[in-house]
Amino acid sequence: MDGNRRDFLKLAGLTAVGAAGVSSIKPTEAQASTDSHAETSAEGVRLAMVIDLRKFSKGDALIDRCVEACHREHNVPDFKDDPKNEVKWIWSDDFETAFHSQEFHFIREDLKGKPTLLLCNHCDNPPCTRVCPTQATWKRDEDGIVMMDWHRCIGCRYCIVACPYGSRSFNWKDPRPAIDNITAEYPTRMRGVVEKCTFCEERLARGLEPACVEVCDNDEIVFGDLNDPNSKVRQLLAERMAIRRKAGLGTQPEVYYIIDDPRTLQETAPAAVVEVTEGGDHA
Amino acid sequence: MYDAGKIIVGLVVFVILATSPLWLNALMGGSPEAPELQLPTNGSTECVESTEYMRAEHMDLLNQWRDDVVRKGTRDYVSTTSGKVYDMSLSKTCMDCHSNKAEFCDACHTYTAVSPYCWDCHVEPKGAN
Repeated sequence: MDGNRRDFLKLAGLTAVGAAGVSSIKPTEAQASTDSHAETSAEGVRLAMVIDLRKFSKGDALIDRCVEACHREHNVPDFKDDPKNEVKWIWSDDFETAFHSQEFHFIREDLKGKPTLLLCNHCDNPPCTRVCPTQATWKRDEDGIVMMDWHRCIGCRYCIVACPYGSRSFNWKDPRPAIDNITAEYPTRMRGVVEKCTFCEERLARGLEPACVEVCDNDEIVFGDLNDPNSKVRQLLAERMAIRRKAGLGTQPEVYYIIDDPRTLQETAPAAVVEVTEGGDHA
Repeated sequence: MYDAGKIIVGLVVFVILATSPLWLNALMGGSPEAPELQLPTNGSTECVESTEYMRAEHMDLLNQWRDDVVRKGTRDYVSTTSGKVYDMSLSKTCMDCHSNKAEFCDACHTYTAVSPYCWDCHVEPKGAN
């Protein structure tokens, strides 16, 4: 009897040591995998957008041009005076609302109520793709775009709940009657499907820039590869003060907003010319 | 057997009614005419694959195209028949030639009573009819 108890205690002790050993290894692995999410993926192409808020002002027609170009190109319905059914890929809100988590006090005069273009942030660590039960939305390995497959979406709207930026819209109604001029080259959606910005992946495939970037004629929105140190987006981020929406959540949003004083525009003007003549590969 | 007459008459009526589709077809001259499809009016004479293959497998080919374009991001389709490269696009490549959805897609789909949901989202070419 005594011998048995002795054996049992030995075994129990060994098991405890073994369990402690395993659990001391596991957190290290978990730590390593979290660390890899902490920074933007360093391999391949990582597309990102830089919106230069210095170049936007209240009542700017460019805002409408961007929204219209995008929504026309992608057959986004306009339910006019029916906010409950609103569908949007890119839209504008004032600066304080767009960055409400920053809790700005006594902010610079020119930033007050500044129109700020908002769209899907194509997060490097997107919460929306994790919750999708059908993999209808996922992050592309090759360029980091958070894609949508409308064939697969079952309309559960879990991604809408997961997205901290309100970038996703749901088609409560058949969108077709609410589209004035249908662009035949691009599909519409059907009732019961979630939609959002795709960084114009269909245009990128044809070697074009996103529609909202294309309507800008003074680099108000710059688009490019974050992993290329010579890209325009990287140059701007290196030189200017840029913030991201709700960066503290750890989603690694890839749309940056330059909030420098507009007066710095004059000093950047010659630099911009140099960039162009150097022919930096930014697309 | 009670009421043998009524039962037998009833059975005969039932059999006649139940088999009516078969003998009605036989009397009326076989199955209805097979649909005639409108061939491309833009002068093109070959599809991405052979006619027989397209007739039998177009739905699988389109599913393959859909997955390649949306999920893999590849857009070029190399024809196994001619080796030509095509843009994998329903509304561009397919409807470029078969521009009349009603006379091409719908003609067969109605005949075979299938209702694919392509056109819930994809846009049929304008002014085809």
